[in-house]
Amino acid sequence: MPPDVIAADTAPATLLKAPTGIDGFDNITLGGLPAGRPSLVCGAAGCGKTLFAMTFLVNGANRYGEPGVFMSFEERAEDLAANVASLGYDLDGLVADGKLAIDHVHVERSEIEESGEYDLEGLFVRLGFAADSIGAKRVVLDTIETLFSGFTDPMLLRAELRRLFGWIKERGLTAVITGERGEGQLTRQGLEEYVSDCVVLLDNRVADQITTRRLRVVKYRGSAHGTNEYPFLIDGDGISVLPVTSSGLNRPASSEVVSSGVPGLDAMLRSGGLYRGSSILLSGVAGTGKTTIASHFADAACRRGERCLFFVFEESAQEICRNAESVGLDLPGWVKAGLLRFEAARPSLYGLEMHLARMHRDLDRFQPDVVVMDPISAFRGPDTEVHATLLRMMDLLKSRGITGLFTSLRNDGALQEGGDQGLSSLMDAWIRLQDLEADGERNRTLYLIKARGMSHSNQVREYRITDAGVELIEPYVGPEGVLTGSARLSQAAREQAAMTRRHQEAQRRRRELARKRDALERRMQEMRAALEAEEDEANLLLTQDDVHEAVLADDRTAVASLRGAAE
Amino acid sequence: MTADGASPYQLRLFVAGNTIRSRRAIENLRALCAEHLPGQVSLEVVDIHQQPVLAERHQIVAAPTLVKVRPLPTRHVVGDLSQPERVLCALDLPTASPAQDQDA
Repeated sequence: MPPDVIAADTAPATLLKAPTGIDGFDNITLGGLPAGRPSLVCGAAGCGKTLFAMTFLVNGANRYGEPGVFMSFEERAEDLAANVASLGYDLDGLVADGKLAIDHVHVERSEIEESGEYDLEGLFVRLGFAADSIGAKRVVLDTIETLFSGFTDPMLLRAELRRLFGWIKERGLTAVITGERGEGQLTRQGLEEYVSDCVVLLDNRVADQITTRRLRVVKYRGSAHGTNEYPFLIDGDGISVLPVTSSGLNRPASSEVVSSGVPGLDAMLRSGGLYRGSSILLSGVAGTGKTTIASHFADAACRRGERCLFFVFEESAQEICRNAESVGLDLPGWVKAGLLRFEAARPSLYGLEMHLARMHRDLDRFQPDVVVMDPISAFRGPDTEVHATLLRMMDLLKSRGITGLFTSLRNDGALQEGGDQGLSSLMDAWIRLQDLEADGERNRTLYLIKARGMSHSNQVREYRITDAGVELIEPYVGPEGVLTGSARLSQAAREQAAMTRRHQEAQRRRRELARKRDALERRMQEMRAALEAEEDEANLLLTQDDVHEAVLADDRTAVASLRGAAE
Repeated sequence: MTADGASPYQLRLFVAGNTIRSRRAIENLRALCAEHLPGQVSLEVVDIHQQPVLAERHQIVAAPTLVKVRPLPTRHVVGDLSQPERVLCALDLPTASPAQDQDA
């Protein structure tokens, strides 16, 4: 819805435009159909011309306050009302409110005889009367070429049509004139010669048994317009035209980081998660757990209280829920809480454009913060088309700031085997999951190929899918590269044994050393004891000598005193 | 056929304004009725510019248009009715032969 507001003010002021209210169409025509002029809408049968015209009138009456006249040359008013009732258009109500007038012009060759000169004044009078009765600003003539089957004189009809279109212009009515696609020209009767202000071509093409509706603005006098063929969609909500890409690559970039839902994976990114609004590719071969990781991603978004839209193309929502439950995620709970919604459809159910359109609509309705598409590799079709479609899907998400996780079955990011139209360059982050087969077992590893705008780990990490979810295992780098699974375990065991051995050796050495120290200390004690013994001996001898000396001295004194007494 | 009082032929001629073509159509029709259906026709001339709602109600696209309302089936003849045999054909009357014309 928001994109169709921008268009009006970019239109040149010189040419007034009448918005059709058809999603996307007002964008590519920069405002709508030329106001006060007739426009031609042509296409083969079943292209949606009548619906286009009716939508133009109903929107004019409901949204823009411009009543309109529907002049039908083919279907009766009741049939018209019944046909568009499924789109929620209440023609009878609009007629009753005086916002719409329907006039069925019945022209049947067999009931008409011609005799002499005539003109189509009756048509003018009826159109003028209907327009005046409700103050119409818009007119639809569907399909005026039917007149050519009712009257015999084509020259006269042409002149009258020219006069009619001139009259419409004069009265300032914005008119849509529908025309059946003719051979070699846009309409059978060459109406494009008369209605030359704006010509829109509707087309319905079947390729590979899948129908795609396309719309092209062939010419638009006095105004710029999108020149491409745009896919358009007719469903329960009417017509929506899908501009191929957003106008340019000027969108805000968020630096907010959101978790991937797998803690180990977040840890591999320096900022601890992925940028909000970025597109993330999760590629891997079958059985690597793409959907499981995607489920984690969705679960994490819901945990943050964000809304998540999960597009599934190969499984049913119930299957995804059941499988997610086995890793401990309660997705049905989030669905119940209104935060998670599944949109499941087989890729082959619609054409690529239809998928895109459906997605467009679902985004508008659910307004998600996070979108998961699982898997994008399921889309089949010519490479360029698949590529363009996915590019637009991504554009769509990015322009709304929605974080997108895309899973792909291909390891190399290519859409198809051998195709080089890889998506990788469009992605902001690319997580690759792969199988490592070795030693009779298969182990899962993942690594980050890129993560724009943030530094990230370069490691190849093994992960396991456990009851508690996806679990990254500490990297194990052995002499011959990264080891995984039982190789990692056995290498770990080997290293454990070696460590134990080293440990024991060290203890043994320590004990030896202690023993040596003990021995030496014992010897030192012995020697010290011997020394002490010798010292004691020596002391004893020295004491004896002293005593002896003393005795001798005493003796001598005694002798001397004796002699002295004697003398 | 004439028992109910109403004319067996009820015709309505739709013209657009007082133009030469309109007048010619009226004249041609009057002449034709007088010649082939004297006293059996109830003719009503409608100017669709004056009564546009009738144009819609009676599925008028071209002007002038002669509508044979009765007897059924309803038939339309467009043009200024300058080719009487076409008109007679539409009115389910035997196409006038030149001899009959002369006789009358």
